[in-house]
Amino acid sequence: MTVPAGAVVAALPAWVGPLATVLGVLIVVLSLAAGLIWYERRLLALVQDRHGPNRVGPAGLLQVLADTFKILFKEDWVPPFADRSVFVVAPSIVFATALLSFMVVPVAEGIVVADMDVGLLFVLAMSSLAVYSVVLAGWASRSKYSLIGGLRAAAQMVSYEVFMGLSLVGVITLAGSFNLSDIVAGQQRSVYYVFPQFIGFVIFLVAGLAETRRIPFDLVEAESELVAGYHTEYSGMKFGLFLVGEYVAITLVSALIVTLFFGGWLGPWLPDVVWFLLKTFVFITLFIVIRGTFPRVRYDQLMALGWKALLPLSLLNLLITGAIVVARAG
Amino acid sequence: MTRVMPERPQQPRPPAPAETHPPLTTDVVVTGGLARRGQPLLPRIGRTVWSTLVGIGIVISHAWRSRDTVQYPEEMVYLPPRYRGRIILSRDPDGEERCVACYLCSAACPVDCIALQATTDENGRRYPEWFRINFSRCIFCGFCEDACPTYAIQLTPDVEMSEYERSSMVYEKEDLLISGPGKYHEHDFYRVAGLAIGGKGKGEAENEAPPSDVRGLLP
Repeated sequence: MTVPAGAVVAALPAWVGPLATVLGVLIVVLSLAAGLIWYERRLLALVQDRHGPNRVGPAGLLQVLADTFKILFKEDWVPPFADRSVFVVAPSIVFATALLSFMVVPVAEGIVVADMDVGLLFVLAMSSLAVYSVVLAGWASRSKYSLIGGLRAAAQMVSYEVFMGLSLVGVITLAGSFNLSDIVAGQQRSVYYVFPQFIGFVIFLVAGLAETRRIPFDLVEAESELVAGYHTEYSGMKFGLFLVGEYVAITLVSALIVTLFFGGWLGPWLPDVVWFLLKTFVFITLFIVIRGTFPRVRYDQLMALGWKALLPLSLLNLLITGAIVVARAG
Repeated sequence: MTRVMPERPQQPRPPAPAETHPPLTTDVVVTGGLARRGQPLLPRIGRTVWSTLVGIGIVISHAWRSRDTVQYPEEMVYLPPRYRGRIILSRDPDGEERCVACYLCSAACPVDCIALQATTDENGRRYPEWFRINFSRCIFCGFCEDACPTYAIQLTPDVEMSEYERSSMVYEKEDLLISGPGKYHEHDFYRVAGLAIGGKGKGEAENEAPPSDVRGLLP
């Protein structure tokens, strides 16, 4: 006798479903972020005519495990000159904010940890909080490289936050909601918002790169000038938190791009979750390929691109979108 | 002091590599020129965007190029025959030691890693009683090979000399001596040198005339 799956789900206590969602999202995101370390190294090697880590386990997959063990068994060291409490807290902030943002990202229809009506605002708020991590890490390290890295981070991330928010207003106007599930539903009714909001998509992509401090905008940790920028003084698992936090942030930005512009879980034939993961993976790959392609921009170029190009462009985009929406509403 | 050498797995030497890469000029894609200051804004933006996309395209296209990495333990690096690697002592075509223990290699060695003791056999032929190279000092400059008058000491294309103990890096004569003539197959020092040793008098070597009798007055 077979029991239909629906009956099994209905028979479970009410708290099982949300708990399973929370655990599922947490585990998938964390293992994905860890796996990205391997993926990025292999992919960068691929585009650089190398092989990348291919010795540990099949295709080098166990490299992730080896790296994790290595970093876990390293000495947990705080430099004597550092501001101890802030130094210890800073890495966890970037990690926590990136994970918290995943709360509002709908993985599939109805599968979301917190179906917030202000979901998008929550994401932007969390991304603003992440600035503190980098700035405080740079400040608490009491080292010149860290401090310069932290200062750059403050300027860069605060600047790009502006366009990040503005570039999404077009999407919000079209969907009429801050709720990410509603935004995906809105795309089900019309088209993927990448078509009407292409400029918004490009700006969000660039701003996302800057917010995650990825390579064309990695002045914050510019290794050729600042050793390792804000995390120069960090080692062991505290450094590991920065590292994993960065990969969680990449996953987050990719997931957001997919949700906001590429219809989230929507897609034919395959299950919702598979579509969502596939699309997210495409953007993660794009992020890594971009890292393999571009040199680091100069600081003045970074600021000029932001304030002189992206800000006017996003305002223009907002104006046109608003005008069209108003005209259609008639 | 004899030491058993660990078995050295003889890997077949890979053939000299052919050109694996197409010339790099294939990377030069016409991007419509560079974006520069002073150009009108729209073409400048267009060129920037286009060259950005072309850049990403080139990077992705490299995923299908052949790899530059040599997967070392499985795949061997090609070392030219005259590569300066592990030093050996060779034998002449008759199977006798070529080394005449002249100490020139030891004198030429800039890091003093060669030590030996000369002695003579029953024919009056010189040979090293012992011969020792400390490879933890050796810098593989090849000066010993250059200095050697008999082609006895030679450098070989082998670099796999890692050891767990420093003392294992000291090679004795038994470790150094190989069974063949190395790079110079036909050369035999005593057959071309004018030296008299047991079984060969003056003037009996190749390309050699009998010595003239300097005390004789007749032409």
